[in-house]
Amino acid sequence: MNQTQQILFDEPGPRARRRIRIATVIGAVALVGALVAAVQQFASHGELAWSRWEPFTTWPIWRYLLNGLWATLKAAAATAVLSGVFGLLLALGRLSTNRLLRWLAGGYVEIFRTVPALLLIYVTLFALPAYGLNFPLFWKLVVPLVVSNSAAFAEIFRAGIQALDRGQTEAGLAVGLRRGQVLRLVVLPQALLQLAPSLVSQLVGLLKDTSLGFVVSYTELLYSGQVLSTYTHLLIQTFLVVSLIYLAVNASLSKFARILQARNGRLTGRGGVPAGPDTPADPASPSPEGSIAR
Amino acid sequence: MDALTAHLSVLGHGLVTTVQLTVVTTIGAMLLGIVVATLRISPVPLLRTIGTLYVEVLQNLPLLALLVLFVFALPQIGIQFPLFTSAAIVIAAYQGAYLAEAIRAGINTVGKGQAEAARAIGLTFSQSLRYVILPQGLRAVIQPIGNICIALLMNTSLAAAVGVVELTQAANNVNLVEAQPILIFTGAGLAYMLLALIIGQFTGLLERRLAIVR
Repeated sequence: MNQTQQILFDEPGPRARRRIRIATVIGAVALVGALVAAVQQFASHGELAWSRWEPFTTWPIWRYLLNGLWATLKAAAATAVLSGVFGLLLALGRLSTNRLLRWLAGGYVEIFRTVPALLLIYVTLFALPAYGLNFPLFWKLVVPLVVSNSAAFAEIFRAGIQALDRGQTEAGLAVGLRRGQVLRLVVLPQALLQLAPSLVSQLVGLLKDTSLGFVVSYTELLYSGQVLSTYTHLLIQTFLVVSLIYLAVNASLSKFARILQARNGRLTGRGGVPAGPDTPADPASPSPEGSIAR
Repeated sequence: MDALTAHLSVLGHGLVTTVQLTVVTTIGAMLLGIVVATLRISPVPLLRTIGTLYVEVLQNLPLLALLVLFVFALPQIGIQFPLFTSAAIVIAAYQGAYLAEAIRAGINTVGKGQAEAARAIGLTFSQSLRYVILPQGLRAVIQPIGNICIALLMNTSLAAAVGVVELTQAANNVNLVEAQPILIFTGAGLAYMLLALIIGQFTGLLERRLAIVR
């Protein structure tokens, strides 16, 4: 158990232990009750029959879904690389000494942080073709996601660069490095290391965004599930399996972000305790979850 | 401009639906967030596990997958709600996980001495939570909660993908008739920015009013 969670109660005495036992029993009964109700609901509509789950033990179905997952990962990778690069450029623009650059980058970030990705997808689907700009299916999904995610990445990078001690930049300038060199040799290597957990958890969000392929009819995981369920009519089974795949991939990524966070906590020696996402939100170092709200 | 004014009722209706969905969902997600955050800090191990599982699952699934599951698949086992209600339930459940994490971060900022003092004067777990911890903890995270509300506003657009005619879908429908995409989509984008600005201003105001200066 985490120490921060313990502030609300002491080591339980006999009476508290009894109350904890009672609460455990009540919680367990509620949990089992919910499970039984769910199973009954499935059973009464015949969705528990083995024939309705058996297809998911066969390879062709899994091959189809894994192809979908592969397409999801491809779209996510393309979006991550492109929006990472654009995001970094935008962050540098926002922090630059040139006023015009600062305004342009700031305007871009402020606008695309508050416009839903779906609206941007509708623009690439229905607006741009009218002006002769008809992307292939893959890019119809990736381009709008890059447009909106680069704004999110820009904010992460900016927070990380600003959180770095000013003394680092000043020392770099003092030993005679030019601004670009300070950035490249001193600031970015440190900031990126600090930001690694936030960047990885942004990847989770980005991977979730690729499910908008459903709207574009790009056969990533969710749309693959939709296609599959129109053939097999196994709606609930298919979407449950699809959800489990998403859960497995994203939970591993989140776990990875937490490991990175803990390692960073040790490296900077803050507190000595592995700094999980459970530690209080420290505005200087964005926690993996809290940085960009989804 | 005609394209916008001629379809003002459709767009206006979409805007109202977006606002309704945002308000209803925010309230639901906030209540759910407080409950889940409480579960995660409770002295009962089983309840903590349930809270953690809830947050893990809901944060790692795409909202659209949840919406599709709820709206298209659940009717197969006889669970069906009106479309707006379904969308509201799913979005509230999804954002509730994020709010729970924000609230928990807020609770963690409250000094250990506060909780100890509350226990020392004999308050029970729920009393110390209600009178001492939450009032302080929530104030510390007004800004992050505001950001989640803005994310929630943007996420209500996903309800369009399962058939709710909110602002994004209304804009799309009008565009199909009028074929003036730039004007219509820019208009819708501006409306979203305006709503986000209102939420931002409101949380800024709340923060100035309520923040504890230490």
